[in-house]
Amino acid sequence: METIPYTVEPREDTGLINAKLGIWLFLASEVMLFGGLFSAYIFLRLGAVSWPAGSSILNVPIGTFNTLVLIGSSVTMVLSWAALAGQRFDRFRLYLGLTMLLSLLFLVVKGFEYSEKFSHHLYPSSSSFMAIYFTLTGLHALHIIGGLVVNGYLWGPGSKMWASDPERFTNRVEIAGLYWHFVDLVWIFLFPVLYLL
Amino acid sequence: MTSASSELDTHTRTYLAVFGALAILTVVTVTVGYLSLPVGAAIVVALSIASLKGALVASFFMHLISEQKPILWLMLLTLGLLLVLIFILIIAFYDHAGTIIVA
Repeated sequence: METIPYTVEPREDTGLINAKLGIWLFLASEVMLFGGLFSAYIFLRLGAVSWPAGSSILNVPIGTFNTLVLIGSSVTMVLSWAALAGQRFDRFRLYLGLTMLLSLLFLVVKGFEYSEKFSHHLYPSSSSFMAIYFTLTGLHALHIIGGLVVNGYLWGPGSKMWASDPERFTNRVEIAGLYWHFVDLVWIFLFPVLYLL
Repeated sequence: MTSASSELDTHTRTYLAVFGALAILTVVTVTVGYLSLPVGAAIVVALSIASLKGALVASFFMHLISEQKPILWLMLLTLGLLLVLIFILIIAFYDHAGTIIVA
């Protein structure tokens, strides 16, 4: 059976394991994906006759709460990796479990916000602001769901690798973490742009 | 206590300190939002705070501060291209300012 090279040993020319270079290349493409949509936001706003203050439509305290939830999940994510690096599998389970609970909480709050908007008959078709709001936060929420699936796998069935190849498993958690921090980073920009400006 | 575990403790303290800084900056940006600054100033302040928070996440949680050079160059290139994307759009917009695109 062919084995994937450089999962633990860094490649001589890049000085990196392949998965790490891979995830960073993926994140670079993600920067451009969200960057394109941010540009769309700027374009729509510059071209609009009038643009509503985000705080007049969206609930700032709820957005602030969700921002803190997501930042918290980023901390527990990096702590779960640090736990594995310190050979503490029990703590890894605890911190990654917390990360997943916090991401679920974020989604529940986001769902609550969406249904609030729908109940006031605010849909993506209502205005340019609502259109870009739902597009940006919807795409971001899909990324949260994607992260939950990966983290769920690493917390559950995927964690068997800890017994057979702990170093490779630790690297997997680090790679999943890099993705998760990026999703947090995107929200750090989405929140002020949509809610506060 | 072995040196490896005390090094880990140092890392954990760093992560918690970064979390504290991120939480404080979140509260600051929301507070500034309530001050109803002029739009231009509000945009500069909000984006500066967001950039600082983003830099903290990338540097410490994503370990960019101690990452291999190829990753740093890759992300700087990406950031540069992102700025080009945004500025081309803004330049194009002002180039056509006053022209009705959608009737």
